[in-house]
Amino acid sequence: MAPLVEVQGLRVVVRKGAGDAAIVDDVSFAIPKGEVLALIGESGSGKTTIALSLLGYARRGCRIAGGSIRIGETKVLDLDDEGLYELRGRQVSYIAQSAASAFNPMKTIMDQVVEGAVIHGTLTRAAAEAKAVELFTALALPDPKNIGARYPHQVSGGQLQRLMAAMALITDPELVVLDEPTTALDVTTQIEVLRAFKKVVRERGATAVYVSHDLAVVAQMADQILVLSDGKMREVGATDDILVRPKHPYTQSLLAAAAPKPRGEATATQAAPLLEIRGLVAGYGRVGADGLPATRVLDDIDLTIARGSTIGVIGESGSGKTTLARVVAGLVPAARGTVLFNGQPLPTNLKERTREQFRRIQIVFQNADTVLNPTHTIERILARPLAFYHGVRGEEARKRIARLLDLVKLPATLAGRKPAELSGGQKQRVNLARALAAEPDLILCDEVTSALDTVVGAAVLDLLAELRRELGVSYMFISHDISTVRAVCDEVVVLYSGCKVDSGSRKALAAPPFHPYADLLISSVPELRTGWLDGLPARLAVEAPAPGAEKPPAGLCTFLDRCPVRIAGKCDREAPPRRALGGGKEILCHHTSAELEALQA
Amino acid sequence: MIRSLPIAGRVGLFFVAAWLLLAVIGPSIAPHPVGAVVAPDVYGAFSAAHPLGTDYLGRDMLSRILHGARFTIGLALVAALAASITGTTLALVAATAGGWVDEVMSRLMDTLISIPSKMLALVMVASFGSSVGLLILTAAVSYTPGAFRIARSLAVNVKTLEYVQAARARGERLPYVAVVEILPNMVNPMLADFGLRFVFVVLLLSGMSFLGLGVQPPNADLGSLVRENISGLFEGAPAVVMPAIAIATLTVSVNLLIDGISGRARTVEA
Repeated sequence: MAPLVEVQGLRVVVRKGAGDAAIVDDVSFAIPKGEVLALIGESGSGKTTIALSLLGYARRGCRIAGGSIRIGETKVLDLDDEGLYELRGRQVSYIAQSAASAFNPMKTIMDQVVEGAVIHGTLTRAAAEAKAVELFTALALPDPKNIGARYPHQVSGGQLQRLMAAMALITDPELVVLDEPTTALDVTTQIEVLRAFKKVVRERGATAVYVSHDLAVVAQMADQILVLSDGKMREVGATDDILVRPKHPYTQSLLAAAAPKPRGEATATQAAPLLEIRGLVAGYGRVGADGLPATRVLDDIDLTIARGSTIGVIGESGSGKTTLARVVAGLVPAARGTVLFNGQPLPTNLKERTREQFRRIQIVFQNADTVLNPTHTIERILARPLAFYHGVRGEEARKRIARLLDLVKLPATLAGRKPAELSGGQKQRVNLARALAAEPDLILCDEVTSALDTVVGAAVLDLLAELRRELGVSYMFISHDISTVRAVCDEVVVLYSGCKVDSGSRKALAAPPFHPYADLLISSVPELRTGWLDGLPARLAVEAPAPGAEKPPAGLCTFLDRCPVRIAGKCDREAPPRRALGGGKEILCHHTSAELEALQA
Repeated sequence: MIRSLPIAGRVGLFFVAAWLLLAVIGPSIAPHPVGAVVAPDVYGAFSAAHPLGTDYLGRDMLSRILHGARFTIGLALVAALAASITGTTLALVAATAGGWVDEVMSRLMDTLISIPSKMLALVMVASFGSSVGLLILTAAVSYTPGAFRIARSLAVNVKTLEYVQAARARGERLPYVAVVEILPNMVNPMLADFGLRFVFVVLLLSGMSFLGLGVQPPNADLGSLVRENISGLFEGAPAVVMPAIAIATLTVSVNLLIDGISGRARTVEA
């Protein structure tokens, strides 16, 4: 039987000056019915462009210049506008990366899920709604009968992503294109979405193209993998072959970057700690009569960073990890508690800090695209901290800038450019160089690699480790990605909903016992082997709470409503004790070390 | 720069440049002095001696327009510049200071914006008499709040971006943050806004002159030219049509140019 989808010699060009530049060149593949093909590659590799061309669509400025695409009996590239309209309504559907921006916040979910089928006249409104409820059930959404009546802001991010899948599947398309559908989600949420997708794909025998940069995720979903870089096919083959016996050097480098190796050893001295945080409470909003802000984001945080060491702070979005960095940087005032820097109290208010205190603590923000002023040149961006902290100007400043660029492994010729002319990885290096220009003792790294491709991110991590060796700086490394944290940090703190639930050395993070949330977090990170998703223990099937869901009453464990191992009558009555488990490990849980070990075996 | 403009933008640029040039050299190339009665017949048609006809007193229309353009464009330019610069400066102060400073300034501007500009102008002229300085001041005051609102919303948006946060975390003082980090990122939209203000001021001044409260005779801006020749409308005299066309080309071309520039800014960002 002929494969359902066949792409031959696909070429997509972008208008550039006088001529055309190919962004996808000579790509061919075939997908048999009921199979999933993964397109994998870094940003700019052309994977989304290929995915969109399956819908007969090219982004503005791009043009499909050659090749052929066949889906079933349809030759996609020969279709006129009307034919494309029919194709997109019935045969092919698309699931975009960000469900949050794909839904209209003013309409109910049901209205939007059935819209496609009703507009194209595939189903009547009533039939479409019945079908939608059936799909909601299949996608393991809570309360499938009534969830359609809600508005997009009333469901969680993971649920919204699954609802978008329902929207795509309602017309029973022959081919589903999924474009990075879990990239924007937390790992714990990603798992629920992946499970639902996998189940639906398997049950309905759907044929799918899965676009991703994450090999471990793809390993769970795909039958075949196609590796792309710079718009060219590097390798295509069965998932197991690609993962175990990669032939192309590019695939090998991707695999190597996906399994981060430990970098940098603990060189912490026994001297006084560099940063000490005690009983920190912070948040946003109006400060009440008791001196506490309306929304408490951090609650009773203790943390110590030894000179020259790296501490990792992990947790999902909303756990308060970024706020922690902002308190240390002075951008968010602390409501209670003390912060000691070098044994001296550190004001948590910008106005009260001295320039020297500013200099010694530098923060590196997450998003390299917005962290550099687009109207300034790189030279100007780097010159400012040199002049501001060290009074260095003119020729001497130019030399220092050249040295800084060299330190972060960027060519000195970049100095005259504006941020928009740099790639994401380059911008993140400039971001780092700006922090280094101050010659700080402590660098707060807020998700510095999250927005970068795996290979580029790995290079930035290497750079951080090298700088630590050479300059002896300490890092507070904030991330949602536990494998990165494991790779660079000496100590790790796990935050959940503003509470420190688990902390310990890197080694302690390698094996149970964990706090139940840390366990969920660690086990949710996809592993680079097929079948990992199917073999997951049942205790990890935990729904993330919907936004606005009530938090557990104050004083009780914050993880109570999601905890798979909660003890009725105990966890919902008493505050959990802080347990020291030996080896510097501490958790906030009613379970004893032995109980946890047994549960997580 | 010009090449990246769309065609409509280029047309706008051409006319704007032409009008600016005329505002500068107009009086010196005008064939007759501004108040001279040179033709025997009033409301004369197009002719070789008077290419744009003559007005209700028999004065040369071409000379009248060449002299008038300077008033309209000059006044509008100064007033619009004053409005945009004051508005932007106040907005930067309000946005970076935040808190009660922002609150007080914003509410004050809201109060100002609630006064119709034409009413304000009429009251000002009624109390102090018409003069060039007063017209500029009035126009600037009535269009500052609009510029302030736009600039403030831009500044508040830019302020939340991470590079501004990074500057704050570096220990930079507020004036530095406002001038070096925020201002350069608002210039493009504020330029577009300036163009709009310019057009508003042209229309306000023309309206005032049409009512006889703007520029006083024997001088005339484009608005007063329309008014003094309005009775020629029934005869289809060029004297009333020509200055009207002049106002239209000026305002429309400024709009075309602005749309071209801001459209280009959008594609550069995308």
